[in-house]
Amino acid sequence: MKKLSLLLVAVLVLSLMLTACSAPAEEEAKVIKFGVFEPLTGANAAGGAMEIEGIEIAHELYPEVLGLPIEVVTVDNKSDKVEAANAATKLVDKDKVNGIIGSWGSSFSMAAGPIVKDAEVPALGTSCTNPLVTLGNDYYFRVTFIDSFQGVVMANYAFNELGATKVAIVQEISNDYSVGLVKFFTDEFKRLTGDDDSIVYVASYNTGDQDFTAQLTNIKTLNPDAIFAPGNYSESAMLIKQAKELDLNVPFLGADTWETPEFIDIGGDAVNGTVFSTFFDSKVPLTPESEIFLKAYRDKYGKEPASVTALAYDGYILMRNAIERAGSADPNAIRDALAETQGFDGAAGVISLDANGDAVKNAVIKTINNGEFEYLTTIAPN
Amino acid sequence: MSYEIFLQHLSNGIALGSLYALIAIGYTMVYGILRLINFAHGDIFMIATYVMFYGVTMFFMPWGVAVVVAILLTGALGILVERLAYRPLRNSPRISVMISAIGASYLIENLSIVIFGGRPKAFPIPEFFNHVSHIGSISIPRANFFIPVITVVALIVLLYIVNKTKTGMAMRAVSKDYEAARLMGINVDNIISITFGMGSMLAAVGGVMWGIKYPNLIPLLGLMPGLKAFIAAVIGGIGNIKGAVLGGFLLGMSEIMIIAFLPSLTGYRDAFAFILLIAILLFKPDGLLGKNVTEKV
Repeated sequence: MKKLSLLLVAVLVLSLMLTACSAPAEEEAKVIKFGVFEPLTGANAAGGAMEIEGIEIAHELYPEVLGLPIEVVTVDNKSDKVEAANAATKLVDKDKVNGIIGSWGSSFSMAAGPIVKDAEVPALGTSCTNPLVTLGNDYYFRVTFIDSFQGVVMANYAFNELGATKVAIVQEISNDYSVGLVKFFTDEFKRLTGDDDSIVYVASYNTGDQDFTAQLTNIKTLNPDAIFAPGNYSESAMLIKQAKELDLNVPFLGADTWETPEFIDIGGDAVNGTVFSTFFDSKVPLTPESEIFLKAYRDKYGKEPASVTALAYDGYILMRNAIERAGSADPNAIRDALAETQGFDGAAGVISLDANGDAVKNAVIKTINNGEFEYLTTIAPN
Repeated sequence: MSYEIFLQHLSNGIALGSLYALIAIGYTMVYGILRLINFAHGDIFMIATYVMFYGVTMFFMPWGVAVVVAILLTGALGILVERLAYRPLRNSPRISVMISAIGASYLIENLSIVIFGGRPKAFPIPEFFNHVSHIGSISIPRANFFIPVITVVALIVLLYIVNKTKTGMAMRAVSKDYEAARLMGINVDNIISITFGMGSMLAAVGGVMWGIKYPNLIPLLGLMPGLKAFIAAVIGGIGNIKGAVLGGFLLGMSEIMIIAFLPSLTGYRDAFAFILLIAILLFKPDGLLGKNVTEKV
């Protein structure tokens, strides 16, 4: 009997707590909610942190839309595909956001894809570059170019600038971003060399692996001219460090994920001379908005922003711009306005979305010299 | 595959294997004496790497001093975890202590995410370890010479303590029977604290060597090495210190060799380690060097 009454009390207390939580949510239509969906912990935490900086700057500069304050609701997708789906579900079901911005890491955006589509909430990708993020999904857009372009850019760099004819590949097999880039690179490089055997070896590793000596030893016997190894920055930095320790002294090529301070911290001297493609360089401002962004960023953080910070900033201001153009915070109206985006001035370049919802814009190639990122060149889409 | 390439793989395998062995020794020692699988071992190992990081970058300690501080603080942390999470459950069923160990592990991981942040940090590596030696066409980073030596030294010291000293005798007595040991005038709580302190200090040594080899520090750093060390300990016969070293070597070597000879299976590297664990549990549950001990009732 005592147990039963205890149970009853517990149920009562719980239901009180539930009603207390759910009551105010009903009447809270006086703000516009932007859901921010990023990896804040786990293997990709540095990427998420850099994007959050961009969103915070944008929020400080443009805190309102349609006369209503914008509230930023941040969720952590924990660098994990399963957690990413949970985080996206929380944003659409519990927080009832008007639009979603993110994520760093294509795999997480792809995990969120079906959820935003079913809930009919528009999502705007920041630095997720795998083509599958937006393909066949009318509710996912992005402010960046895609890997079919980035892979081609790096294949051309290897062939034309390095004069490479034999390339080995190391891919992060559990990462859709890395596997996608490798495919586009491979196709283009084979086309350029006219040689189906020009990719001499494809090695793989899992996200979170620490030891790559076995893969690198296998590659060393084949004497490639360069190694294309797109993947997460911390694994890539250790991969390159271990390559140098095995006397595998060939140029390493990668992509946008390498542009994090941690890549240089962890890789040390070994990552000097690596070359990668990315979105933006703070020394080459592209639009009037770039100047506004750069000034605000330097004032607040006293350093130069990374590309992905600019992209996250663009995600926020484009979402806000779409709400203004739609004249409504209704998710479907925002979606329609986003789809029509043409010639929008973002910090990381002019954004025009194509039929898939992908931005068509320039890529920047950078290298690392003496532990600093260095701008090499800009490549336009053809 | 040429002879020289095989030797390079062999050298890589020895380095990885002895690192697993080093972590597994501490794991298995605690089990051998307390019959407790200390799931927090991997996280204590992780804390050691962060103590190193902050010691060198924030308090500007010389590298050697930071190592000593890391070993001492990590040992103290091990004793603290034992006191808070395991001692209150001394007379509870073994499963409660194991669940408490899992809880301690999650607590340390999540506290670390809050305190250290999720962004990776670079482990400070002294110039000394940046040297790479060449024997024929084989390249061996200096750390790869040191890790096996440290593992063997740790093994010998530990065997000496457990088998030849008075404290070691008390440890063995406690592992047989708490109550009888207490009746013989052994301070059981003290002996258990010493065991945890030693196990955690060994974890710290493993953490320092791990950091030199894989300088990417994240709060979940200890998860995989902890599981691998557990597998290594089970392969060798959990509770058996020599077995842990053997298991570590076997596991590291087979991980390298599976990628060397069957590159298409690379993605299944971790899965392979767990398959090995299941196979050992099915066919030789006492491990390679374990003795078949009848449970006391």
